[in-house]
Amino acid sequence: MKILVCITHVPDTTSKIQFTDNNTKFDKNGVQFIIGPYDDYALARAVELRDQTGGKLTVLNVGEAETEPTLRKALAIGADEAIRVNAFPSDSLFVANQIAHYAKEGGYDLILMGRESIDFNGGMVHGMVAETLGMPSVSPVMKLDLEGEVAKISREIEGGKEQLEVKLPFVAGCQEPIAEWKIPNMRGIMSARTKPLNVVEAVSDEAATETVGYELPPAKGAVKLIDKDNVQELVQLLQTDAKVL
Amino acid sequence: MSILVYIEHAEGAIKKTSLEAVSYASALAEKEGKEVVAVALGAIEENELAKAGTAGAQKVLHIADEKLNAGVIQAHASAVAQAYEKAGADTLVLAKSSLGDAVAARLSVKLKAGLASNVVALPDEDGGYKVKRSIYTGKAFTSTLITTPHKILAVKKNAVPLKEYGGAATVEALDVTLEEGDFAAKITSTDKATGEISLPEADIIVSGGRGMKGPENWNLIEDLAKAMGAATGCSKPVSDSGWRPHHEHVGQTGVKVAPSLYVAVGISGAIQHLAGVNASKNIVVINKDPEAPFFKAADYGIVGDAFEILPKLTEAIKAIK
Ligand SMILES: Cc1cc2nc3c(=O)[nH]c(=O)nc-3n(C[C@H](O)[C@H](O)[C@H](O)COP(=O)(O)OP(=O)(O)OC[C@H]3O[C@@H](n4cnc5c(N)ncnc54)[C@H](O)[C@@H]3O)c2cc1C
Repeated sequence: MKILVCITHVPDTTSKIQFTDNNTKFDKNGVQFIIGPYDDYALARAVELRDQTGGKLTVLNVGEAETEPTLRKALAIGADEAIRVNAFPSDSLFVANQIAHYAKEGGYDLILMGRESIDFNGGMVHGMVAETLGMPSVSPVMKLDLEGEVAKISREIEGGKEQLEVKLPFVAGCQEPIAEWKIPNMRGIMSARTKPLNVVEAVSDEAATETVGYELPPAKGAVKLIDKDNVQELVQLLQTDAKVL
Repeated sequence: MSILVYIEHAEGAIKKTSLEAVSYASALAEKEGKEVVAVALGAIEENELAKAGTAGAQKVLHIADEKLNAGVIQAHASAVAQAYEKAGADTLVLAKSSLGDAVAARLSVKLKAGLASNVVALPDEDGGYKVKRSIYTGKAFTSTLITTPHKILAVKKNAVPLKEYGGAATVEALDVTLEEGDFAAKITSTDKATGEISLPEADIIVSGGRGMKGPENWNLIEDLAKAMGAATGCSKPVSDSGWRPHHEHVGQTGVKVAPSLYVAVGISGAIQHLAGVNASKNIVVINKDPEAPFFKAADYGIVGDAFEILPKLTEAIKAIK
């Protein structure tokens, strides 16, 4: 079994988001970068599947040199090799093209990634990769089991879930509770140092979009506190002030 | 030229978020002098489809093939691509949703169209085509320039007002060619809570956290929700502990919501929870800890014990309904 897991390198979920250079650049100052939380689920499940079936688990990120510690962490969690496609991930179509180009020759049985990144929240890359490779795609996947060449999947839909069957190969956007996150142990961290992390150059490709600037939402006004013995006042405010009742 | 809107429906009723997408498209069409054509897939009544007209569509293409009743991503993308061509469209608008995202992504490749997701405003077409989008799970916005002639915009829920024209659209049947490969992902069963208000669509949400102590107390949340006509939600540890089903879990790693009113009971307001609710128009927080971080994000707050406050609040709501 050959599995490819694509991961993003994103600010930790608790990061304060700020911009510099007249709101044209993300301010990395004091920000810790992590494997995208949804990608972490995909990776955790991929490690389990690789352990069950044998084969090879490759982890890939489209990013500049600064993302290598994130790839090393994925190696420590259990990936066998890491690939960094050397490019700034300028938009989802560009990233998807790089992944599809890399995966085309690889003969992967499964391509897993998170349902969306937590920076641009597009949720688009899995579908784009699948369309480019002519494979089925399923997202958001909450459960994925293999029975030979067939995957049994549970996908979240609004207000419930759906069961699916897909023949390999296919692309999946994953989310919890597909697996428990894996925390790298000492042995994993040690072995990650010697596992291959290869850098490949990007295939040139025109982007379809460009980011031209950022903006922070307006500051929130102070909360209006209401006495706990006067819930009628809250009801009244919701009727007359907020006009939501 | 026209703008095509992909509309989703739940068992034959057009989703509110899809009507918002039609409203968005009609405002855009007015600006650009275009026509709005909607496309609906699978079993849905003609008179329901005509309702897309109230939100501004002139025409609805109906692809009635029953195999499209279920949301098979690849098949939907193939069908919509054919409708796009038929409509002579240069822009596709849809509501951001898990199915919508997956379909839009494939269409972006098929149509060679630049795609912007989480769109919150009409494009600024002054010297380019710039679209404002919500990013970092609601913690910021970005302006994205789409440089391709074909464009796809996935509109965030509640970001644009729903238009009410009172018009009706003409409905036209459309036949499309679907390949066997379009149905490679086979849906074997669907498991949906019926009769519940769907969380992503809800206008009011009452949500409970670990402060509710256990599933046996959820009747307090449900009673208030029922009195308000609201959907119910919860924090992550609540669904992790199995007190509530996973699809009710709100936040960064759960459902992202944008209701007119979000009532958070016994939820601390961790940043990962806030990330899923910060697009709400109004937030009410009930928490016994005056230092709970949620109060900083709230519009209205009550400091006190949920077990004492909830029954009183439910009665007060019932009194005005
Ligand atoms: C990567 C990552 C992703 C995450 N994603 C999410 C997510 O999507 N959604 C999410 O919710 N969390 C998420 N979390 C978890 C999050 O950090 C918090 O742990 C979680 O939101 C806390 O849930 P809670 O507020 O219900 O529980 P607690 O933090 O235990 O808070 C309970 C609150 O209830 C109050 N309380 C107790 N008793 C009463 C009472 N009788 N009356 C009134 N108030 C009372 C307490 O004062 C407290 O504020 C994520 C964490 C990580 C690391």
